[in-house]
Amino acid sequence: MKKNNFKRNLFLLGVVLLYIFLSFWYPELIKKSIGKTWQMLYRIIPLLGLVLIFMTLTNLYITSGKVEKHLGKKSGWKGWAYASMAGVIISGPAYLLFPLLKELKKSGAKNSLIAVFLYTRNVKIPFLPILIYYFGISYAFFLTFFIFLSSFINGALVGWFSQDE
Amino acid sequence: MGNRKSKKTMRKKIKIAFKKSLQSYKESLPILVATLLLLNLVEVFWSGKYEQLFTGNYFKDTIIGALFGSFSFGIPLTSYIIGGELQKEGISLLAITAFIMTWSTVGIVMLPWEIVNLGKRFAIVRNIINFILAIIISIVTVYLVNFLK
Repeated sequence: MKKNNFKRNLFLLGVVLLYIFLSFWYPELIKKSIGKTWQMLYRIIPLLGLVLIFMTLTNLYITSGKVEKHLGKKSGWKGWAYASMAGVIISGPAYLLFPLLKELKKSGAKNSLIAVFLYTRNVKIPFLPILIYYFGISYAFFLTFFIFLSSFINGALVGWFSQDE
Repeated sequence: MGNRKSKKTMRKKIKIAFKKSLQSYKESLPILVATLLLLNLVEVFWSGKYEQLFTGNYFKDTIIGALFGSFSFGIPLTSYIIGGELQKEGISLLAITAFIMTWSTVGIVMLPWEIVNLGKRFAIVRNIINFILAIIISIVTVYLVNFLK
């Protein structure tokens, strides 16, 4: 546990050292990066609070049995359908969703279904008009269709390669 | 009497669940901050230099697009806008599609954060498979779009 904490802090220390190192040559770049990170943190802190509430609720109400049934090994085709639909519907940056997925994984969710969820997050219906505007309707249609289709291939492969985790 | 007891038990359960979640957060917070610092460093460094990355070679540009998308980060909308602008600069649609695909499916800079939460093997396998699929989807999509023209 202590070793893991050390590793995590070491990564942060490494990034801070990189910033210090680069600040000698690119002070403007570092200033901008710090400013952007600060803005980002300021924006996501309330969201992190919300995620914490969701995580608590997940820990409280979503039991291993329920997750196992709907997203676990015996969830069948319904599990794939739930995961793909949830990916399309649920928005928000992946880094905010990872802690929630961690809880689901702990409760028995399959790796393949987590991968499907993360992949279909790229099908974003509200953004389609922009994709059509820039690249045309047939492009938007094929790209969206193939993203959705390949999410299942992706899930199957990720599940197969990471099954012994 | 029984009601009060069950309320007390519920409060205790909430407290335990909250503590568990908070502990999970506390453990991963340094990684999140480090990842955000790294993401913004990469983003600020590359902004405005997108066109300079491409060579004009059809195949090289596809790989460059896919690699560049893997190191970038943001909502898919941003990649559509950058992609649209790149197309105006004459970059091939294949390279742009590879860029758009990996932008949202591969996250090299976010990898440490994904590893902490979902495990090393899962994160690495997922990103490698997503990278390969991104190139395949790009080829098939562009081929079909050109075929229908």
